[in-house]
Formats: sequence, structure tokens, C-alpha cells
Amino acid sequence: MISIYLQKESWIHRTPAGFKLLAVAIASLLLFQVKSIWIFLPCLAVVLGLYASLGREGLAQLKLLRGLTMFLVILLALHWVSGTFWEGVAIIMRLIVLFLAANLVSITTRMDDMLEVIQPLFKPLQLFGLSSRKPALGVTLVLRFAPHMLQVFSILREAYQARTGARGSWRLLAPFAIQSLRMSDNVAEALKARGGSQGLSR
Amino acid sequence: MADRSLVHVAFYAALIAALGLVPPVAIPFLGGVPITAQTLGVMLAGVMLGPVRGGLAVLLFLFLVALGAPILAGGRGGLGVFATPSVGFLIGWPVGAFVAGWIMNSMKGTNILVAAAVSAVVGGIGVVYAFGIPGVAYVAGLSLSKAAIGSAIYIPGDLVKVVITAIVTQTVARGLPGAVFTRT
Repeated sequence: MISIYLQKESWIHRTPAGFKLLAVAIASLLLFQVKSIWIFLPCLAVVLGLYASLGREGLAQLKLLRGLTMFLVILLALHWVSGTFWEGVAIIMRLIVLFLAANLVSITTRMDDMLEVIQPLFKPLQLFGLSSRKPALGVTLVLRFAPHMLQVFSILREAYQARTGARGSWRLLAPFAIQSLRMSDNVAEALKARGGSQGLSR
Repeated sequence: MADRSLVHVAFYAALIAALGLVPPVAIPFLGGVPITAQTLGVMLAGVMLGPVRGGLAVLLFLFLVALGAPILAGGRGGLGVFATPSVGFLIGWPVGAFVAGWIMNSMKGTNILVAAAVSAVVGGIGVVYAFGIPGVAYVAGLSLSKAAIGSAIYIPGDLVKVVITAIVTQTVARGLPGAVFTRT
């Protein structure tokens, strides 16, 4: 799993990525000015409605909130102790609304589309003589490196387990760092051998 | 930016992502901000790559998170995380890596173990918390002191990461000196 994208056909999926991003940005700016529960209640209803419109898989996404539960409970307790209980309720509602809204954009927009929308923002890089597509190349490299690193580490760990019987040790960090760094040097050379990233600017 | 630099920036961004798979230690307080190994990657990026590339590596990582890659500890990702109380810490990461790299650069004469530890403490802890605590306070509507007390429980874990950063940096400096850019 390399993205939290929810594979589905829905009207939210079809809405242009730029529009969704803009909507969430504006909603965040506005909602941070608001302190009244009576405004957050309908907002919460709207966001929940949007998730519901995605069907069962959409509603299943709400389980993401579980990760926040503990924090929200403590937050409410702190506000209750300091005598600002209702303010605490409002803040929690704002947190939930904004979290769900932003998450909705992420689960209904493919990474490529997101990248496409952001791409123009990198245009200024050209002023410094850099290709505006470098960030995209960086993203690709990261997506390729991360699984490779895990592989390097698991090979080291297996060898260590065979030698000592122990499952792993901090001692593996040094050989891991050196081996994977050497790999990144190889990648840099391979990139150069293929004409380098400058080839992308054309 | 040279291709080599781009690859190194991507390498540390990937390292931070890979460290996210180390199971987070959950402390049942302020559950929104779990203890993770990822700040280790932030410290290493700054200490090894120096200010600019170190900061860029963390920015690239955050860019992937924003694009929807579930690479924050616990498989979190997407724009939603920037609406949670962790947001201040996330913003503090690239700045912290930058400061760590800057200090590391200006301590070239000092013992590498000491220099790496000092850089990691100031950049990876000091700067990151300077952003993180107001972030918690702002998003959660708490006073700064309450947010600070709540965040302080993560500091012992961060100190462990400082030690690991220093040891790894020293080891790499011995085994693959060219990879410690702050020393070349």
C-alpha cells in the first residue's frame, strides 16, 4: 500500500483535484475564525454526508478518527478542568471537521492528479535554472528507495539472526547505513549515465 | 541542484519513510502525537547532509505525505495529518533539520560524536519543539504551558535518538567518509 487513495467511482473522485484542494484550504481558513458550536454542527453534518455519499467504503474511512480519540478525550478533560468545556467541544468539532475534510481530498484524489495540480507551483524553480520537474523525480526516487531500504535491512537482520539467534540489534544500524548509502551513490551514477535529470526539463 | 544531491535528498526522505515502519511506542497521553523513530531520520538528514539538503529531504518527505502517501508512523498520511495537533511538529521538522545541519557545519573542528549530538539536540529537539508546542496549543486551544507539559514526555525518547544519530554519524564517517557531507 503506497497511497491512502480509495479506488472508487464517485462524484467526489470526478471533481477536479485543484477545486477540492482550494475548497479545503478556504474551509480551513474560515473555520479557524469560528468558535460557535452552532456553526460546527452543520459543518460536521456536511462532512459526514460527503463520506456517506462514497458509500460503505467511505463510512469505513471514519475509523481513522480512532487514532485521535485518546487525544480528544484528554483535550476535553483539560478544557473541562479549566472551565472552558464548551470551548473545548467547539475546538474538538473543528479538529474533526478539518481532519475529515482534508482526508477526504486525499482518499478521493490520485497521487498523479495531486502532483499535476501542484506542478505549476514549482515553476519559479526555473528562475534558478532548475527543472520544475525535479520535485516529481524526487518523489519517484523516494517511492523506489523506501522499499529497497527495508529489503537491505531485512537481509542484514536475517544474517544476524542466523549468526547469533537474536532477532535484531542496534549494531545493524551501521552496516545498514553504509550499505544503503552506497546504493544511493550507485543510483546517482546511474542517473548521470542516463543523461541526468536535466533531460527532464525538455 | 546536481543529480547527486537530488538522489541524496531523496535517500533521506525515503529513510524517514522507512523509519516510520518501526512500530511507534504508544504513550497513552496526548495520543495524537505518537513516539516514532521518524525524528531520528530528521536528525540524520540534517547532520549528514547539511542545512539545505537536509531541510529539503524533510520537505520532500512531507510533500509525499501531503500527496497522500501513508508514510508517517502508524500508516498515517494525506492532507488530514496537517489538520491534527501534530502539525506543528511536522512544520518544525524541516527547520530542525536545517538548523542541525547548520550547527554541524559550523562545528567542523569538533569531535564528530559531540558535534552530531549537539546538532541533533538543538535542531532535532529544540527547534522541533519550538514549533510543535505552539502547534498543539493552537490546534487544541490549550495554553502554551499545558501543551509544553504534554509534549515533554516525548523528550526521553528523543534523547535516545540523539545518541543513535551521533553513533551512526561517527560510524558512517569512518566507513564511508564521503557520505557525511557536513564533514567534507
